[in-house]
Parts: sequence; structure tokens; C-alpha cells
Amino acid sequence: MSHGHDDDDSAPGDDHSQVLAGVRGYAVGLVLAAGLTATSFWVASTHVLWGPGVPIGLCVLAIAQMGIHLAFFLHITTGPDNTNNVLALAFGVLIVFLVVAGSLWIMAHLNQMMPMAGMPQMTDLQMQH
Amino acid sequence: MLGKLSWAAIPFDEPIPLATSVILIVVIGSLLSWITVKGHWPYLWKEWITSVDHKRIGVMYCMLAMVMLLRGFSDALLMRSQLALATGGAQGYLPPEHYDQIFSAHGTIMIFFTAMPFVIGLMNFAVPLQLGIRDVAFPTLNSVSLWLTASGVLLTNMSLVIGEFARTGWLAYPPLSELKYSPGVGVDYYLWSLQIAGVGTLLSGINLVTTILKMRAPGMALTRMPVFCWTALASNLLIVAAFPILTATFAMLSLDRYLGFHFFTDEAGGNSMMYMNLIWAWGHPEVYILILPAFGVFSEVISTFSGKPLFGYRSMIIATMTICILAFIVWLHHFFTMGAGADVNGFFGVMTMIIAVPTGVKVFNWMFTMYGGRVRFEVPILWSLGFIVTFVIGGMTGVLLAVPPANFQLHNSVFLVAHFHNVIIGGVLFGAFAGYTYWFPKAFGFTLHEGLGKAAFWCWTIGFYFAFMPLYALGLMGMTRRMQHTNDPAWTPLLYLAGVGALIITAGIGCQIAQLIVSIRDRDNRRDLTGDPWDGRSLEWATASPPPVFNFAVLPNVEGEEAYWGIKRTAIEQQRLVAEPTYEAIEMPHNSATGFITAFFAVVMGFAMIWHIWWMVIAGFVGAFATFVWFAWRDEDEYEISADEVARIDRERRRVRAEVLLPSLKRPS
Repeated sequence: MSHGHDDDDSAPGDDHSQVLAGVRGYAVGLVLAAGLTATSFWVASTHVLWGPGVPIGLCVLAIAQMGIHLAFFLHITTGPDNTNNVLALAFGVLIVFLVVAGSLWIMAHLNQMMPMAGMPQMTDLQMQH
Repeated sequence: MLGKLSWAAIPFDEPIPLATSVILIVVIGSLLSWITVKGHWPYLWKEWITSVDHKRIGVMYCMLAMVMLLRGFSDALLMRSQLALATGGAQGYLPPEHYDQIFSAHGTIMIFFTAMPFVIGLMNFAVPLQLGIRDVAFPTLNSVSLWLTASGVLLTNMSLVIGEFARTGWLAYPPLSELKYSPGVGVDYYLWSLQIAGVGTLLSGINLVTTILKMRAPGMALTRMPVFCWTALASNLLIVAAFPILTATFAMLSLDRYLGFHFFTDEAGGNSMMYMNLIWAWGHPEVYILILPAFGVFSEVISTFSGKPLFGYRSMIIATMTICILAFIVWLHHFFTMGAGADVNGFFGVMTMIIAVPTGVKVFNWMFTMYGGRVRFEVPILWSLGFIVTFVIGGMTGVLLAVPPANFQLHNSVFLVAHFHNVIIGGVLFGAFAGYTYWFPKAFGFTLHEGLGKAAFWCWTIGFYFAFMPLYALGLMGMTRRMQHTNDPAWTPLLYLAGVGALIITAGIGCQIAQLIVSIRDRDNRRDLTGDPWDGRSLEWATASPPPVFNFAVLPNVEGEEAYWGIKRTAIEQQRLVAEPTYEAIEMPHNSATGFITAFFAVVMGFAMIWHIWWMVIAGFVGAFATFVWFAWRDEDEYEISADEVARIDRERRRVRAEVLLPSLKRPS
């Protein structure tokens, strides 16, 4: 962990492989990403899937899409030179989870205890003025 | 052609803003013409404006913060005097719509343009020196960050002369900040200044996180870094995680105002509570972004002036990182009373109380560091001691406010105002002043006048207690915040007392200005020739004061905690410095006008957005982007300092160092 500066000029997360291998990686990533995108459009418009299952299917596809991007385009690997990137990703995921889950919980509660405008009760109140 | 802009935007009919604007324009105009007449522009342009040196950028951040402190403080004086005058039937001298702009500007300026630049400036200046490296990871980006922050400052201050500022409070809650209730340009000034400055802050956060994680001197393991670097790491991680939330929230409010969206309108499916939720999901981490670097400064100062290693170094790191995570699960305590049920309030109340625990750990560590040490009561440690006492009081009123049932009584009262001034002045500002006094000799090569520094400390501390203790009482008596006048005769004496406190603080600021002037005047007698005026322990004291542009001729080899203390003890024990290294040529980044030009176009774009001048928006955006492209296609970005030049500079440092360290065996240690 204590290496101050690397001698080579590569960016963090670079795999030091041949150019051809690099291009192949990006090509595989592009095909997978495009395939997942096309699949989500298909899932949203088809009737093959059970209706309430569609959002779950879209979530699964979205998470897979994130994985593809991280692995093929952002080069997150398990290699030792990738510790900082993995830690940064973990921190980011944790914060996003805290903020999203917290917001959902808070907003659900707020609406439960104090209905806002746009909901029927409040609109009625405004109409009385 | 000029959108909403017309002569009506200039406040000809309001004497106070008009007079202030005229004075401001005269002062700035005479300053600029003085620079022109004296021919200082080439110097300023080459050495400061286009500099990508982290030390210069840090200094400029701090100068920006100090100037804006004066602006924000003059707002504070207006408010205190208005409230002292406007009691009983009297209305004072500030009409409500002007008073609303003043408290909004005061909060916005003090948080975004005083506290933030001050802590970012200190981190910029000290972190690379403490890590033993030559600059931050991305020097030009650093300059862009500084100038984007300055753009935000400029736009905010332009609102004084052209148009108006927000009347919505410092966080611009909807629905009040929506177009329907704030049709003027005030909220737009607020949004665009903070958006532009916020981008600068985010870039600065990325820069410092990368610097700390990737660019330490050889042997500088994470667990050997000074605590200030740890708190800087935590603070910048929070910047990276939290500022995008602010940007997104402001972007949604802008869409509401400009394009008729309904994110926060409470009509057509919008929900203004989502704004409170999101703004505080940024806002609470923000207070830790401010306070953590201050904690770092106190750790350095207390250890140095007690002549002891910091007590509980590892527990300091754990406490810092715990705060870094917990900072993200307490934000609802800013709106306990806005409808949430007992489950939510209970959870966030308990989390808020838990976050006081690592802070308590730190307070005990600082006290144990002083215990058994020989404390030298110089100005930086006075600020630190003032901080410990004041901040503990502020922390306890914070825990009190974290109890939801108590919060229902105290929320929106001046008790809350007293609490957050207690922690921000007693914590962040005292920390900034401690760091300013502590690192000033490193930055400029001479120390600040001590008597005036002590006078400033006592005025600020006493003035603080006079100004804000009455507000605690007033809050308990039921006085709500943001009132332009009051009617209860029982409040009047306390409001007078608070006004007296503001005057004492004014005296403190006067002492600080005098201190700076006197110190610059007497600088030849106040030179820090040794580079180590306080008998320091971390690497910034290993180099000369002011440091050469490359900081260290050879990157230091770190062999333990308190890197410089080890080197210094070895030198004294062996009666010689480490053997002279082989000097090599050093490559340093070229100056770059990218930051300044980008910021200029950002101001053009922001101003045009505020006034709906669409062609100018496009011009500003294209200009800023073209500057970036021009920078990206540069051919050479570094220049070389020859090995001989490096050797000459470093031999001089070694000669002085040897003179100072080697006879010191005769002194009792």
C-alpha cells in the first residue's frame, strides 16, 4: 500500500496487455452492453414476461449493465494494483445505498404522516381558499 | 438581446445597497488602478493568477476566504444592529425584503465562500508538504478549482449591484424558491454561483483524494500520515460523495425554474419535501467536510505545542473514518418536524447522538496529548484551547437538538442559530485561524505578530460568547430565526447583549487586520530562517520557509510516524545531517491560464443564465469548452529545474538547518 509513485506512466486500472487484447476487451464489452440494452427494451415491450415481473427484470438487467461497464470499460479488477479503485467503488456503492435507501424510507414516512399537495386531501384544502 | 436585464436591475431607489455598491466599485476600481499604475500586473499574472503551485493556490483560497469573511461579517453586523434597533414598535432601518436577502447572503457566503475556501486552502497548502511530495496530483485542475470558486464569489457579489440576491434563506427551500413565489433573479444568482463554485469544489476533492491515495513520499504508509492528512482524506471523500447530490438537487430546481418541470413544486406531482431530503443529504456531510480538516489542524497544533506525539494516533484515524461514514446517516435531524414518524425520527436521532462519540474520542485524545506535555501557549494553541471549550458546548446543544421531542420545541428558533454558530465559529473558524497562524510562517517566511494574535483570539472568543449565549436564551424564550423585528420587551436586553458581542468580534477582526499589516511591515525582524519555527514534527517543517517551488529537493524517505521529528532527532543525536543526496533535475508543471480563462467564461455563462441572455450562455459555454480543448492539446506541460539549481537551493537549506540543529545539543531538551 505504501508505494508512493509508480515508475511507469500508466493510469490506475490499466491492464498492461497488448493493444489487440485491449480492443477485444472493449469489443466484447460493447456487444454485451448493447445486448443488455436491447434486451431491456424487449422486456419492457413484450408480453412474454409476467407483468409485475417486468420491473424486477429491468432491475436485474440494469445491475448487469453496471457490472459490464465496470469490468470492461472502467477496468475494475481484483488485481493488487486495483485496491484503490475497488475501495473507491465500495465506498461509492455504500454511500449511494445509504442515500437512496434513506431517502426512500424518509419520503415514504413523510407522505404517511403529512400528505403533501398534489394528493387529494391537500388539493381540497387549497380549493377552499 | 439582453434577456431580463435592464436599468431596473440597478437598485437606484434603495439607498443602502446603492451606497454599498458605489463604495465597493470605488474600492475595487482604485485597487485595480493602483495595481496598473504600479505595474504589478505581470507579477500577479505570472506568479499568482496562472500559478499551478499548490502552495500559491492554497494561499489564494485562504485570501478569498478572508475577504469573504469580511463581506459575510458585515451582513452579520447589519442583522445584529437591525435586531437591536427594531424592537417594540420600531422597524429599524432594513426593510423586510432587504433583511431577507441579507440573512440569505450571510449564510451562503459564510458556508460556501468563507468556510469552504478556508479549509480547502489549508488542505491545498499543507497536505502535499506533509506527504513529502512536490505538488497535488493534477496541478492545473487545482487552478481550475480555485478560479471556479472565485467565479461563484464574483456572481454572488454582482447580485449586490445588478439585481438582487435570494430571499429564501441559505438553502433556498422550495416552494418559496420556485418561480411562482420567487419570480426575481435572486434565486437564480444563488443557483448559478453555487453550481459553478460546486464544480470547483468537487474537482478539488477529486484532486486531493487522488493526491493522498496515490502520491505519498517513499515510506509514507497511510498509517504514517499526519492526522491532518487523514482528516483531509475523509473530508475530500465526503466532498466527492456529497457534492454531486448538491449539483443534482440544484439542477432539478433549475429545471423547475427554467423549463417548467415539477420536481419540487407541490403541484403536478412534485414534492418539495424531496428537496429538503436531498439538500440535507448533502448538507450534513458538508458540515463534516468543514469540521474534519479543522480537527486535523488542532491535532497538529496541539501535538506540536505540547512537544509530544499525538495521543491515540490510531484511534484518531478510526474516529475520523467513522465520522466520514456516519456523516451520511444523520441528515434527517435537520427536518425532524416536517412530518416523519417516530421510527424515522428515532433512528436518525440515535445516529446523531452516536456521531458525538468519535468526536468525544478526539476531544479526550487532544486533552491527553497536552497532559504531561510542556504546553507553549502561543497563538495557534490558544485557538485550539478556545475550540475545545467552545466546541464541547456546541456539541452538547447539538446532542440536545438531536432529541426529537426537544427538537419540536427548539427547531427554527434562534437556539438552533446559536448551536450552529457555536460549532462553526468555535470549530471551523477557530481551526482555520489556528491553521492560518500555524502555517503562515511556512507560506511567507515570517511569523505573525503574537500580541495582536492573542488580542484577536480573546476578542473573538469573548465576543462569540456575548453574541451567541443570549441567542440560546432567546431561543428557549421562543424567538424564531429570520425575524426582521421583534415585539417582546423581555427579549430586548438579550438582543442588545448579542449586538455588543458582534462589536467585540469586530474588534477581533480589527486586531487580525492590524496583525497582518504590522507583521508584513516588520517582516525583516520576524523572518523564519530555519524553516521550523514551532519545533514541528511533520514534513512541512523539513523544508525551507517559504518552500522552493519543488518543495523537496529529494523526496524524503519516511521511516515512521512523525517523519520530520525522527529526522530531526537523528540529526541532533549524531551531530550531523543525513549525507548530502545526489541531486537530480526536477520537472515541474508550467503555469497555465486555463483555470482563469475557464472561470471567466463560467462567469459569463452563469450571468447569462441568470438574466436569460441565451446567446451569451452559448458563448460562455463554447468559450469554457474551447479553453479545455486548447489545454488538452498542449505540447509541453513541464519545465526542468537543473540539478545544479536544485543543489544550490538545497545546500543553502542544509547549511541553515545544520546551524540550527547541531548546536542545539547544548540546550536542555
